[in-house]
Amino acid sequence: MAAHEYVVRTKGLVKIYQMGEEILRALNGVDLDIKRGEYISIMGPSGSGKSTLFNAIGGLDKPDEGSVFINDVDMAQLDARELAYLRCHTIGYIFQSYNLIPVMTALENVTLPTIFAGTPTDQGIERGIELLNIVGLGHRLHHRPTQLSGGQQQRVAIARSLANNPAIILADEPTGNLDLKTGEEIIELLRELNREQGVTIITATHDYKMVNVSDRVVWIRDGKIAKIEDRANIDIQVGTMQGAEL
Amino acid sequence: MSGNPTGSKEQAQIRVQKQIQLPFSKAWQISLQGIRIRWMRSLITASGIFLGIAFFSSVRASGLFPVDTSSKEAIAAANRQTWLAVMALLVCFVGIMNAMLMSVTERFKEIGTMKCLGALDNFVVKLFFIEAALMGSLASTLGWFIGWLITVGIHVLTKGTADMGGAFWSGTLREVGLSIVIGVTITLLAAVPPARRAAQMPPVAALRSEV
Ligand SMILES: Nc1ncnc2c1ncn2[C@@H]1O[C@H](COP(=O)(O)OP(=O)(O)OP(=O)(O)O)[C@@H](O)[C@H]1O
Ligand SMILES: [Mg+2]
Repeated sequence: MAAHEYVVRTKGLVKIYQMGEEILRALNGVDLDIKRGEYISIMGPSGSGKSTLFNAIGGLDKPDEGSVFINDVDMAQLDARELAYLRCHTIGYIFQSYNLIPVMTALENVTLPTIFAGTPTDQGIERGIELLNIVGLGHRLHHRPTQLSGGQQQRVAIARSLANNPAIILADEPTGNLDLKTGEEIIELLRELNREQGVTIITATHDYKMVNVSDRVVWIRDGKIAKIEDRANIDIQVGTMQGAEL
Repeated sequence: MSGNPTGSKEQAQIRVQKQIQLPFSKAWQISLQGIRIRWMRSLITASGIFLGIAFFSSVRASGLFPVDTSSKEAIAAANRQTWLAVMALLVCFVGIMNAMLMSVTERFKEIGTMKCLGALDNFVVKLFFIEAALMGSLASTLGWFIGWLITVGIHVLTKGTADMGGAFWSGTLREVGLSIVIGVTITLLAAVPPARRAAQMPPVAALRSEV
């Protein structure tokens, strides 16, 4: 019953992009409540507004109308330093193109958020090693991103997103640049982290494999939520999903 | 986690704390590492400072030797050279600024990612200024030395060491200081627009897929 059941809520989100004369409502009134510990997939055709929604939820971009609440805090009310705190402590980001810092080793990348959080250095390193072990890269601590495969880089990015024990992980097409098998491994890893660490996972994706592990699938189209499906329904439909019309 | 419906612990969660300011030493470490690993890019930027200061220093070094003040031509030549040196420094300023702006563009994604991970704008600014100060001081020290060496070397080869008295060495000392101060100042000034641009970049830039 508690309001805190919901870790993320959006109310009437609108995001407008203006390109010359043309006005595009990339988000057009999105209301979405996400419970703590849920694994949510946001699916929809290219250009439907998934990334735009992701950016709004992650506090990376301001919506033109409506609000985003993280743990019941309205993001629009936060100043720059409070937003930075939220990005550092409450939200972990995973990107399609991994976004590791190229001049840093795997361990340094994972440790970086703990530096921003003010964690003492040795504690941060300990945490970094622990996380890299969890994602199966304990033997690649001192490799730089260019010395790692795509799948390994994404594992480092996942470890990094967990560095400060966030309540939410936001992943925009985390398997978009990976081959089928590696993509499956990443999805499996995210699911495990979701189960074992209780972290809420929100992914935007084209990847139908994500559907199987999701608690709910949010279908979005033209900046609006077309439908939300629960896991129970998904299991039945998963065979026809590919051909299913939105 | 969601079990406790009320209670003060959850009330406290409603406020969000402010992100801490990192100590200077952390920015220093990260900058240093950036320069080390990206040394080709740093070298290009630093070579601009180096060349400018080397030219400036070689012109200034010729003033370390006694000039024939009765010759109008000699004085005019010295003035022209000083003017050239100032122009060289201006060109150098524009060149460094350009190189640093390019390095900001190259690092859009990296800077955006750092902001997603909790970096504050002024931390990003610090990174750029530390980088500029380090490159500026190294390159201008080296530039001073090479410029000085060339002028003094030529003088010694053609006219011998007779002019190198106490005044020469104390003048040299003054020129070291001048070159480094000018070099670092120019580099720091040139870093202002790039640093500002980096700081103003929204974190959403981290997601842009192009390199
Ligand atoms: N910076 C921008 N300026 C103008 N229009 C934009 C901008 N970013 C996104 N858009 C437009 O907003 C719409 C939604 O884009 P968004 O990136 O959210 O789609 P998406 O669902 O993530 O697509 P994909 O699956 O291809 O990643 C698109 O029509 C896109 O062209
Ligand atoms: Mg997208």
